[in-house]
Amino acid sequence: MHEAVPILRVGPDLLVTLQGDLDDLTVEAIEREVTAEVTRTHAHGVLIDVSGLAVVDSFVARVLARIVGMVRLLGADSTLVGIGPAVAITLTELGASLDHVPTALTAEQGMAMLRHLRSAGTRTLMRHDSNR
Amino acid sequence: MTATVEASYGGTPSGPPGSAVLAPVAAVTIDGEADLLRVRSALRTEAQAAGLGLTATTKLVTAGSELARNILRYADRGHGVVTVQQVTAGHRSGVRAQFTDYGPGIADLDEVMRDGFSSCGSLGIGLPGSRRLVDEFMIESAAGRGTTVIIAQWDR
Repeated sequence: MHEAVPILRVGPDLLVTLQGDLDDLTVEAIEREVTAEVTRTHAHGVLIDVSGLAVVDSFVARVLARIVGMVRLLGADSTLVGIGPAVAITLTELGASLDHVPTALTAEQGMAMLRHLRSAGTRTLMRHDSNR
Repeated sequence: MTATVEASYGGTPSGPPGSAVLAPVAAVTIDGEADLLRVRSALRTEAQAAGLGLTATTKLVTAGSELARNILRYADRGHGVVTVQQVTAGHRSGVRAQFTDYGPGIADLDEVMRDGFSSCGSLGIGLPGSRRLVDEFMIESAAGRGTTVIIAQWDR
């Protein structure tokens, strides 16, 4: 089961909306497409919305953490949003607590977080410095 | 002579005394990636029919997803069978699921039930993690004869 990955460009950011029940191959396809899109569009930030995901198990959690790591290597920030209380409890008890992944409750707060990182972050400053 | 290890973890697989199977059994043959979705879907359907809450349902579906993936990754050619059924015990209702494969089996159950153990470089949270998500967890395995895991989740 492979569906098109909804990746939306919102200003300097990419909005990735994960929905439904995804098998492992689809999750890995999304990983490839997100990293390709960041490279292609030179996005500054990536917002990953998982509020529509039926299940976030250890595999999905591991790939999400991997995406965040790859996006960082590509010079962009990312935020994971939309983890509801049931998924938060489940991930914590499972032992996949996504410790190093930046999260926000809602998409709106996630966007604000990306803006904040952009304005305050050393990453942006370093980019400007290197252009001088 | 080959050594076999059989051990059980957690509560009785059939639930509290007097528990009875309710609805017909939903069976999913594990044969490929798409079957992971069928297992999750069967678990969710039965959980909702049994009146489990959102958190109990999410935990059950997630545990089932981990166990079904174990079959896909480790069992002989990734083959196995998952059955899901509603159960009742007194005024409680719940869901019981059985995951069976005829793979290589697990030689040391104590080892794989320990947090952080992994036989293939993944996170190693599969079995102990799944066990924490459900009310009942029973595993039985013999080297060379496959593995059976039975889990159950109750409405409260």
